Amino acid sequence: MQRFSALALIRHAFGGHRSWRPQWRAAEPKAAYDAVIVGGGGHGLATAYYLATEFGISNVAVLEKGWIGGGNTGRNTTIIRSNYLFDESAALYDHAVKLWEGLSQALNYNVMFSQRGVMMLAHNVHDQQSLQRHIHANRLNGVDNEWLSARQAKAFCPPLNIEKSMRYPVTGAALQRRGGVARHDAVAWGYARAADAMGVDIIENCAVTAIRRGVGGAVEAVETTRGTIETRKIGVVAAGNTSTVMAMADLRMPLESYPLQALVSEPVKPIFPCVVMSNTIHAYISQSDKGELVIGAGTDAYVSYTQRGALHVPMHTLEAICELFPIFRRLRMLRNWGGIVDVTPDRSPIIGKTPVAGLYVNCGWGTGGFKATPGSGHLFAWTLAKDEPHPINAPFRLDRFRDGYLIDEAAAAAVAH
Amino acid sequence: MLLIDCPFCGKRPELEFRYGGEAHLARPADPADLGDKAWGQFLYGRSNPRGVHAERWRHVHGCGRFFNALRDTTNDRFAATYKIGEERPAIPEAEGAASA
Repeated sequence: MQRFSALALIRHAFGGHRSWRPQWRAAEPKAAYDAVIVGGGGHGLATAYYLATEFGISNVAVLEKGWIGGGNTGRNTTIIRSNYLFDESAALYDHAVKLWEGLSQALNYNVMFSQRGVMMLAHNVHDQQSLQRHIHANRLNGVDNEWLSARQAKAFCPPLNIEKSMRYPVTGAALQRRGGVARHDAVAWGYARAADAMGVDIIENCAVTAIRRGVGGAVEAVETTRGTIETRKIGVVAAGNTSTVMAMADLRMPLESYPLQALVSEPVKPIFPCVVMSNTIHAYISQSDKGELVIGAGTDAYVSYTQRGALHVPMHTLEAICELFPIFRRLRMLRNWGGIVDVTPDRSPIIGKTPVAGLYVNCGWGTGGFKATPGSGHLFAWTLAKDEPHPINAPFRLDRFRDGYLIDEAAAAAVAH
Repeated sequence: MLLIDCPFCGKRPELEFRYGGEAHLARPADPADLGDKAWGQFLYGRSNPRGVHAERWRHVHGCGRFFNALRDTTNDRFAATYKIGEERPAIPEAEGAASA
């Protein structure tokens, strides 16, 4: 691996930057691996990276049916926060935030993690009570979150409109200062490069077509579009396509896949200092380092794999953005797109073992998986390596839907997401 | 935006409808006889297919009635809509639906 440093940059500058090598090999699949990760998004690549670095398992293949960073990793709005209500969720997402804080150094890759603060707006008494409940719960779990008045919110984010005449006036906000954004592509590329350097094979354009099982039903191999690969451990990290992959092992998952849309504006000079989210009128917005305003819309209503959605969904979000930030009313939108998110009934992920021996699953991140990328990869690698869940992901087991131990963040957030 | 053919009102824009989730999930006749696994599957297990999906819609801003539809989730095209209580119509395998 060519390490990145100021010195390397200067050295390569003398050669006209012509001697940089590809950041990972275009690996050919081998006949067998110790573990196979299905899905080359951020979570899958992070899993392979931690398997190799922390658990000494580097004979690993990551199979990606498209290209690295082409799925939800390249389609999200890059927001990172850990201000979740329930103890289980707070532990899970804060584990990820702690890893984010040292990630660029660990990977020798600038993932542009910027803790610029995530501010969630309240518009009515219910919001205020709900957000304050979150703040208190977070404090008990050691997660920073603080209450701001409307005036303090405006001081933190000057473009915010706090006029009383709004249809849904801002009555206050909860601010997590450790929250922020990161560069999503860099996260995938950084993990791919670091995993590859440890000997992990990253195999793009390789779709899994079947899972072969042997005596007692344990997994033996995966059939792919690039041949059969034998392995005793399969980790499925396929986001919206998880139901399809798990059906190959005759498992019916508690998942539904929906398009989730996002959009960006034309680039403008730095104007927006933080991330602002409003659950009540459904808007979230930040500014990328390129200058584009990055705006997240909601999910479309129906199950779909199309990676697009209907225009009325982003329109609804833009109406809310224009009300909250009148300064943006004449900005033009540059692009919008959809990603397919796998949603569980309780809006909490599933990370753990399955009824099939040797088959593990990491899915159900729904509309908020990017923020968890390092933590998700680390915990899933632990689960794969030790054949038992880490205490943090133990509550996020698949059979909670059989036993009724739901982690109901859907009800906690009190919004459709 | 989808154009949805309500079996009672005809073609209307998606905004007039509310999605009702997967169709033909019959509530077990005698839940007390069911084990935890089967009950969990009834409550939460979904087919979530990459291909033809049988689903319920409700024409909330129209006739207000529920109906079922078959839609290909790889391209969002409706293959059929039919009234509640009717059999799921047989349709030829939609083009491209099988490719993952």
